[in-house]
Amino acid sequence: MLIKLTEEQKMLQDVAREFTQKEIAPRDKWMDENGFDWDLCKKITEAGFMGANIPEQYGGSGGGIVDTTIIAQEFAKGSASIATFMGGHWLASNLILENGTEEQRQKYMPLAVSGKIFAFGLTEASAGSDAAGIKSIAAETEDGWVLNGGKAWITNSGVADYYIILAMTDPDQGTNGISAFIMSKDVEGLAVGKFEEKMGVRGSATCELAFDNIKLPKDALLGVRGKGFKMAMQTLDIGRISAAAVCAGICQHAMDLARDYANERKAFGKPIKAFQGLAFRFADMYAEIKAMELLAYEAATTKDAGGRCTLDAAAAKLFATEKGTQICIQAQAVFGGNGMSKEYDIERLLRDIRVWSVMEGSTEILRMIVSGTVLAKK
Amino acid sequence: MKILVFVKQVPDTDDVKLDPKTGNLMRDGVQSIINPLDANGVETALELKEQVGGTVIAVSMGPPQADDVLKKALAMGCDESVLISDRALGGADTLATGYPLAKAAAKIGDYDLIICGRHATDAETAQTGPIIAAFLDIPQVTLVEHVTIEDGCAICRRLLPDRYETVKVKLPALITVCSEINSPRYPTPLNIMKALKKPRVVWNAKDLNCREDMIGAAGSPSSNKKIFEPPKRMAETKYFRGDAEAMAKAIVDTLEAEKII
Repeated sequence: MLIKLTEEQKMLQDVAREFTQKEIAPRDKWMDENGFDWDLCKKITEAGFMGANIPEQYGGSGGGIVDTTIIAQEFAKGSASIATFMGGHWLASNLILENGTEEQRQKYMPLAVSGKIFAFGLTEASAGSDAAGIKSIAAETEDGWVLNGGKAWITNSGVADYYIILAMTDPDQGTNGISAFIMSKDVEGLAVGKFEEKMGVRGSATCELAFDNIKLPKDALLGVRGKGFKMAMQTLDIGRISAAAVCAGICQHAMDLARDYANERKAFGKPIKAFQGLAFRFADMYAEIKAMELLAYEAATTKDAGGRCTLDAAAAKLFATEKGTQICIQAQAVFGGNGMSKEYDIERLLRDIRVWSVMEGSTEILRMIVSGTVLAKK
Repeated sequence: MKILVFVKQVPDTDDVKLDPKTGNLMRDGVQSIINPLDANGVETALELKEQVGGTVIAVSMGPPQADDVLKKALAMGCDESVLISDRALGGADTLATGYPLAKAAAKIGDYDLIICGRHATDAETAQTGPIIAAFLDIPQVTLVEHVTIEDGCAICRRLLPDRYETVKVKLPALITVCSEINSPRYPTPLNIMKALKKPRVVWNAKDLNCREDMIGAAGSPSSNKKIFEPPKRMAETKYFRGDAEAMAKAIVDTLEAEKII
C-alpha cells in the first residue's frame, strides 16, 4: 500500500521536527543524567502536543494514529525518553477516550490536553508478559471500590497526575476478571517508590507504586467491569505502532550521528566512509529504517481507517525493535572506541533502544501473536 | 483591529554561501523557512490580537512555493493569507518589492497596523517595511521591541544601540520588530489541522493594478553590481602566563601596543 501523508501531516512533521531540534534534542543528555524534565514537559504542553490524540470537542487537536505516530517518530529523533513519555501519556488518555463514559471524557480529556500527565498501569513486579497474572485487587464496596496491590515499570509513574490502573475485580474469571480504574495521584493510600535506575530512557519516569486500601468512587471504573484486559490489548495496538515509529526515529538519529562521524573521522589518510566495510553498514541501516517506517505507518493508516491492526502492529514493533538494536550497534561500531564514550551521544541511543524490546509487549510475546496468527491461516 | 503581517521566505541558514562565479546565493540543498524576524512579527500580531481582538492577515510576495511560509503563519494562528505571485514581479529590488506589497495592503484595506520583521536574514536591507509605509503614506516605527495598543495608538519601545526610545504613533501605522520582542510560538497540532481551511488568496500584479514600470527589474532603480563574501578576518589568540600581576601587565602592554587603550 502507498502511504501518503496529507499536507497537514507534512506540516505537523515539520513542526514536530523543528520543536525536536530546538527544544527536545538539547535536553536529552541532561535527562539521561538527571531524569524527567518538567520545563520541557511544560513546553510540550504549550505547543499543544499533549492533546494531539484528543478530539477538538475536548480541547485537543483531533489527530489520528498517523498524526501521533509522526510526532512520536520526530520526538524520538531528539530523545527516546520524551517519545516514551508521550507514548505513555497518549496511551492512558486514549483508554479513557475509547472506553470512558461521556462524563469521564469531559472530565479527564481537557486535563490531559492542559498538561496533566497520564499513565497506564498494567505490569506488576511479578506479572509482566503474563498480564493475566496481576495480583492487584479492587474489591467492590457499597460506595465504590477498595484497591490493594501495586504496580511496577509503569511509564510516567512518579510524575503522573492520573493513573489508569488494571486490577482484578473477579479473580476467578482470569483475564475476564480484570477491570480498569481511573485514579488520581492524590488518593489516600498510594505510595510512590523511588525512581528506577534504568539503563536507558532515563528521562522517562518509572517508579514502583503500592496501593494500600485506596478508596475509589464508583465512577472510577473505566469501561465495563471485566473488560479491562481487552481494553488494554486494543490500546496496546496503538502503542505498538508508536513504538515501531519511535525505534525508526532513534535509529535515524543513530545513523545521522554515525554519518557525521564517518565523514569527519580519518584513517589511513582518508575519511573512514571511504572504506566499504564501513560504508555498506549505511546501506543496510537505511533500508531497514525505511522498512520500519513503512510497517509502522501502514498499521497506523489501517487503524485510522477503522480496521484491525493487531497483527500488523505487532509485526511492526517486532521488526523495529529487533532491527533497531542491531542498527544502534552498527552505528556505534562506526565510532570505534569513541562509541564507548559518554562524550558521544551514540552510547546513550544504544542504551535507550533496548527498552523497546520489552515495553508494550516483549519481542517474545509479539512473536507469539504474529506466529499464532500466521500459522492459523490456511 | 485588523493587522497585516508581512512575511518573507528565506534560506534556512545564517551561513549563506555565494556562488563565486555568479555571485548568487547557492540555494541547493538549503531548506526555505519563514524569515525568523517575520516570525517575531507574526507572534507580535497574534499577541496583539489576543489582547485587543480582531483579525491577522499574513501577506507574502514570492514564487508559488512562498505559500509555505504563509501556511506556517496560518498554522501559528493567522486568520487569512495573501500570496502575491507573478513572474512580472521577479527581479525586484526593495523599492519594487515594497510597491506591490503596499498595493496589496491598500487592496485589503481598513488595516490598523502593519507589522514587518526589522530585516530579512538573506539580504538584510531593512528597507522593505519603511518603503511600504512610505507608499501608503502612513507613519512607521522601526526596531520595535515592545508594543501595546491604547486609544487608537500604538505605544512602541524602540531598541536603539545605546538606549530605548518610546514612540506613540497614531494608527494606522507600520512597525518593524526586533527579535527581542518575543519568542515565536510553535504551531499547535490543532492550528495545523485548521490552517489550510482558512481563507487563502493569490494575487498577481494585475489584481493589484500595479504600474508596469514600477515592478520587477524595470521598476528597480538599484541592482547588484557584485556580490562577494567579505574577507575572513584572522583572529589571533595570545596567551599570557605567569602570576596575576604579570598577566595583567602583559595584557595592558598589549592593549597599549595595539592602541586599543
